[in-house]
Amino acid sequence: MNALLKIVIVDANPIRAAILEDGLREAGHVNVERIADTHNLLARIYALDPDVVLIDLENPSRDVLEQMFQVSRAVRRPIAMFVDQSDTASIQASVDAGVSAYIVGNLQKERIKTILDLCISRFNAFSKLQDELDRAKSQLEDRKVIDRAKGILMKAKNLTEEQAYALMRKAAMNENKKIADVAQSVITAAELFK
Amino acid sequence: MTKLRIGFIPLCDAAALLIAADKGFCAAEGLDVELVREVSWSNIRDKLNIGLFDAAHLIAPVAIASSLGLGHVKVPIIAPFGLGVNGNAITVSPALHEALVAAAEGDVGDPMVSARALARVVAQRKAGGEEPLTFGMTFPFSTHNYHLRFWMAAGGVDPDEDVRLVVLPPPYMVESLQNGHVDAFCVGAPWNSVAVDLGIGHILHFVSEILTRAAEKVLGVRQRWADENPDVLMRLLRAHQRAADFVEDMNNHEEVAALLAAPNRIAVAPEVIRRTLDGRLKVSPDGAYRSDARYLLVGREGAARPDPAQAAWLYAQMVRWGQAPLSAELLADAKRVWRPDLYDAARGAPAALPSGAPADGIGAFAGPAFDPDDIEAHLAAWTIRRS
Repeated sequence: MNALLKIVIVDANPIRAAILEDGLREAGHVNVERIADTHNLLARIYALDPDVVLIDLENPSRDVLEQMFQVSRAVRRPIAMFVDQSDTASIQASVDAGVSAYIVGNLQKERIKTILDLCISRFNAFSKLQDELDRAKSQLEDRKVIDRAKGILMKAKNLTEEQAYALMRKAAMNENKKIADVAQSVITAAELFK
Repeated sequence: MTKLRIGFIPLCDAAALLIAADKGFCAAEGLDVELVREVSWSNIRDKLNIGLFDAAHLIAPVAIASSLGLGHVKVPIIAPFGLGVNGNAITVSPALHEALVAAAEGDVGDPMVSARALARVVAQRKAGGEEPLTFGMTFPFSTHNYHLRFWMAAGGVDPDEDVRLVVLPPPYMVESLQNGHVDAFCVGAPWNSVAVDLGIGHILHFVSEILTRAAEKVLGVRQRWADENPDVLMRLLRAHQRAADFVEDMNNHEEVAALLAAPNRIAVAPEVIRRTLDGRLKVSPDGAYRSDARYLLVGREGAARPDPAQAAWLYAQMVRWGQAPLSAELLADAKRVWRPDLYDAARGAPAALPSGAPADGIGAFAGPAFDPDDIEAHLAAWTIRRS
C-alpha cells in the first residue's frame, strides 16, 4: 500500500533530503522524488503529481505551495497542508524540526501522520548531525590557528612548542579569552609587524 | 524586561517594527524583543499561530484568513497596529512595457489606460497563439494578489483566465523577471527598485495610484495572547507608535535607512531604502523618477490606526476571487480583526483623522465608492469575478 504513495521532497539541502528519502524507503515508500532547485516549482510538482509534498521551512518556496490550495485553472487536484485542528503538538513538532507536509487528495490521516513523524525524526537527526559537524569544523579551524600562532611565537621568542602554547594559555586565562582568540591576535599582530 | 519573539520578512514596511526594536523604543517600554527574520509568509503564519512568535509583521489579508480559517487552521489573530499603508508597486519587463505603451490609448501612467492596454496585449497574444502573460505575486492571501487582480480586471482582463498569476517569494521576483519566468510582478519595496536599478524592469504603477489607501502590513498577535497580556500589548503598541513617528521624520530617514539596510534586517543598499522612505522612486532604467508622498505611509496620515473598512475591502476581494464565501457573519469577523480600539487605548488620545483621505477610506481608481457594510454592492459592480 505504501509503495503506491508518491512523495516529493522539496529541499535545497541534498544531504538532508537524502537522509529523509532513505528513511521513507526503509519505511516502504519506494516512490520518492527529490526537487532541489525550485525554479518553476509548481509546474514540476504538477508534472510529478504526488500524493504528499514535504518541504523544509528554510525554503522561501513554501509560499509557492500555498498556491495549490487555491481554486484555479492550474490546480487539478486539491491540496491541503497537513494540519489537524486537534493535533497542535504534531504541528509544533514539525515546525520545530523545520519541515512541513502538504497532502493531495483525500489521504487518510493515519497514513500521513506516520510519514510526518518520520520526517520530524529525520530532520531532527540531521540538525544534530549538522551541529556536530559545525563543532568539529570550528575545532579544526581553532587548531590550525593555534598551530600557526605557536610557530610565530617559537620563531620570534625562540621558544619550544610547549613554551609557546603555555604562553598563549596563560594570556588566555588572564584575559578570560579562548586560546584560539589569543592565537588569532598573535597572527594579526605578526601580520602588522611584517 | 519582558522577552518577546517577533517574526518579520525583510521588506521596507517592517520599518516601524525593526526600528521599535533596534532604536530602543521597545527596551524603553521594558520589552526585550528578539527579531526573527523569516523566509516565507507561511512560516510567519504558522509560527505566530502555534506561539513560537508573540507577534509578527503580517501581510494584512493573512491576519483575516487566519482568523476566518481560510486555507489553513483557524487561529483568531488581531491587528492592533498598522505597520504600513500602500508601498507596493507593479513592475513590468521592458518588453511588456513597450507592448503596453504601443497598445495604450493615452498615458500608461493612468491605471485605467494601462489596464485596457493590458487587455489589448492579452488579446493580441491570444490571437497570435502565444503563451499567456505571467504575473508574480507573493501569496494567495496577499494584497499583491488583490491589487493586481483589481487593476487588471478593471480593464477587462480576467486574472484567472487571461493571464497566469503565480506565487513567488519576494527575493526571487527580480531574478524571475530577468530570466523571463514572469512578465511582471507586484511586490513591496525594495524589490521594484532593485529590478529598475538592474535595468530589467519598469515600475508601471505605485499601488497608491490604484487605491489611495490600501492596508498593507499589520502587527499581528494572537487574540488569546492579547487577552492574556494586555499590559505587554499596550507597551508594544506604544513602542511601535514612537518608532513609526521616528521613521516618518524626514530628518531621520538617513539613520533609518542605515539601520534597515543591515545584513540581518533587509540587507539591501541604504540608498534603495531611502528612496522608499522619501516616496521618490526611480521608475525606469533610463533614470526617470516618480514621486508620490503616499507611496508608503508608516504611521503618517493615520496609517498606523487599523481601519475596519480596509479589513472589509480585503474580505470583499477574497469573496470576489472565490477564496471565501460571502456571509454577514464572516464580514463581521473580518472587521473585528482590525482593532482601532486597542490602538487608541495605547495612544491615550484619538488619532487625528487624515486630511485629504478618500471618503470611503479606500479611494479606488475604478468602480463605485466602497461601502464596508455592503459587500454585495461592491461585487455587483464587476463583471469579472468568481462569485
